Amino acid sequence: MESIKEIWGYLRERKKYWLLPIILTMLLFGGLIFLTSGSAIAPFIYTLF
Amino acid sequence: MATNILGISAYYHDSAAVLLADGEIIAAAQEERFTRKKHDPSFPSNAVRYVLDEGGMEMDDLCAISFYDKPYLKFERLLETYHEFAPKGLKSFLSAMPVWIKEKLFMRKLLNVELEKIGMGKPPRILFPEHHLSHAASAFFPSPFDEAAIVTIDGVGEWATTTIGHGQANLITILRQLDFPHSLGLLYSAFTYYCGFKVNSGEYKLMGLAPYGNPNTERFKKWKEIITNELTDLREDGSFLLNMDFFNYATGLTMCPEDKWEKLFGIPMRKPESELSQPYMDIALAIQQVTEEVVLRIAETAKQLAQSRYLVLAGGVALNCVSNGKLLEKGLFEDIWIQPASGDAGGALGAAYTAWHIWRNKERTVSGMDSMKGAYLGPGFGADDIRKVARKYDAPQKEYQDFDQLCTDTARLLEQGNVIGWFQGRMEYGPRALGNRSILGDPRNPEMQRKLNLKIKYREGFRPFAPSVMEEDIAEYFKLNNSTPYMLFVAPVREERRNPLPDGYDQGGLYERLYFQRSDIPAITHVDYSARIQSVNKSTNEKYWKLINAFKTRTGYGVLVNTSFNVRGEPIVCTPSEAYTCFMRTEMDYLVMGRFCFEKSRQPEWNEKSRWQEEYDLD
Repeated sequence: MESIKEIWGYLRERKKYWLLPIILTMLLFGGLIFLTSGSAIAPFIYTLF
Repeated sequence: MATNILGISAYYHDSAAVLLADGEIIAAAQEERFTRKKHDPSFPSNAVRYVLDEGGMEMDDLCAISFYDKPYLKFERLLETYHEFAPKGLKSFLSAMPVWIKEKLFMRKLLNVELEKIGMGKPPRILFPEHHLSHAASAFFPSPFDEAAIVTIDGVGEWATTTIGHGQANLITILRQLDFPHSLGLLYSAFTYYCGFKVNSGEYKLMGLAPYGNPNTERFKKWKEIITNELTDLREDGSFLLNMDFFNYATGLTMCPEDKWEKLFGIPMRKPESELSQPYMDIALAIQQVTEEVVLRIAETAKQLAQSRYLVLAGGVALNCVSNGKLLEKGLFEDIWIQPASGDAGGALGAAYTAWHIWRNKERTVSGMDSMKGAYLGPGFGADDIRKVARKYDAPQKEYQDFDQLCTDTARLLEQGNVIGWFQGRMEYGPRALGNRSILGDPRNPEMQRKLNLKIKYREGFRPFAPSVMEEDIAEYFKLNNSTPYMLFVAPVREERRNPLPDGYDQGGLYERLYFQRSDIPAITHVDYSARIQSVNKSTNEKYWKLINAFKTRTGYGVLVNTSFNVRGEPIVCTPSEAYTCFMRTEMDYLVMGRFCFEKSRQPEWNEKSRWQEEYDLD
């Protein structure tokens, strides 16, 4: 819950409300698909993300 | 209320932890030194445990933990970049998002979980200063200046890739910012990739390769023009746009589209570890010169905007010591100070400083010296720890009661052509070994460069070595009057020490040029007569200074070859046990740890079950 509040706070601060549907969709669908794999270290040649 | 702050950088590359107590740096270390995995990006559990131990603290003693970037802002950049380039980048999007949805979007929770796992109590409040503010803070707050222009340049943080700022007392103001995808760091990395070196670790190899390039050829001139006209749109103020048709990194899984670059430059992308031919040296020189030009323009703009006599630098590009040397030589500023841990590891320090001076609004005092304590901020070990290692390996050694005598004897061994592992005091913070975890040699020895590269470090033969020189003697050897304690400036060897080049030198092969004796200190004189200098100050590192002084007493030369205590792909050694292991695996002749001297010929036979060379990925 705290994280959701923080994300909302960030969207308000940056006035990037258009990102909200993208983030929500990703959290809902992406969460289901990806929760079982991955780690915080990105698999990329140059860790831009 | 507690006045201690823990700074952390993690999850991208070079994770690190720093402890500040009342604004003073107590300890700082990179995680790679503990896990023995170079550029380790994982959460720095070992480094956090170490810095808290060093300060005699637990989590309860901290008033805040400061993480070195803002995850939401970075996520915003990712989403907007993918949106901008869609439908390109789907594959990259799909590989990036799982880690964000699962963990990085919930960074505060992730950090709390990791910190609690360490078992040193409940972590306090976590702060998230911006990535480039962390870099700026790591450059300005420990610098010896009360006010200064600040320049930070790296690959990318959240959005920013370059910032110009102004530091005054305990405040930092960002005056200008260049955003992703237009990045000098990533431009340099794209060339690193094209020349067959590893991105994010091989950049310094490209820098070392550049002096082999021939600036008098048509090919070089044409390539430099391609970089400035086709790949970039460079403006007078140092800002630039990259032509993203020629770069993949925003949405792809490589740095650049090989086919387009091959068409542009007319040479194939170099395969890693393959032979280095002249075209790659020329291309390295071309991008190096363009980088220098951009950095110079940014510094000029910083001077104009900040109206300051001093400059401080941080960010990965600030480790380009050739560019730093050119900037210093230009004389734009009265003095320049560069954060020794300029890469992401230094972000942990900057984040901690940001919390102290900006969040807590604590005053800053400047003493005329920087606050980095010579960057000797890592773990130190005593005589008992060394004795334990000697016992464990049944290793004969000689213990000296008199340190001066140890220096005299070590200087004699160096003069005789021996290569010596030198392990003293606390480990360095940042990528350079500065005389506490170093391998040393005689710079006058014509065979030393070859021996160190091929028999000790097991690395590419073309790579140059750096000198450590007594601070008071710098001007005797180099065209440089400033001190350079962190090996961050390249300057020319003095003309009177140079040997004239033979006819046709420029046309010779790489190794023909490399092995020509260019000066009376050939082991540290690069092919363009330059050297990456470390000046050693008696009060900052007395033991190392004494050794160089003893060498000077014997030979008349107050300078040594200094390379980091590791083999290729290995993080610099941290403990006496790692130092002994590295000593035994290589053809190093002696190991001096604390007051103990280990002679290779007297050591028991070294047997390892596995092939240790496979322990480390090539860098």
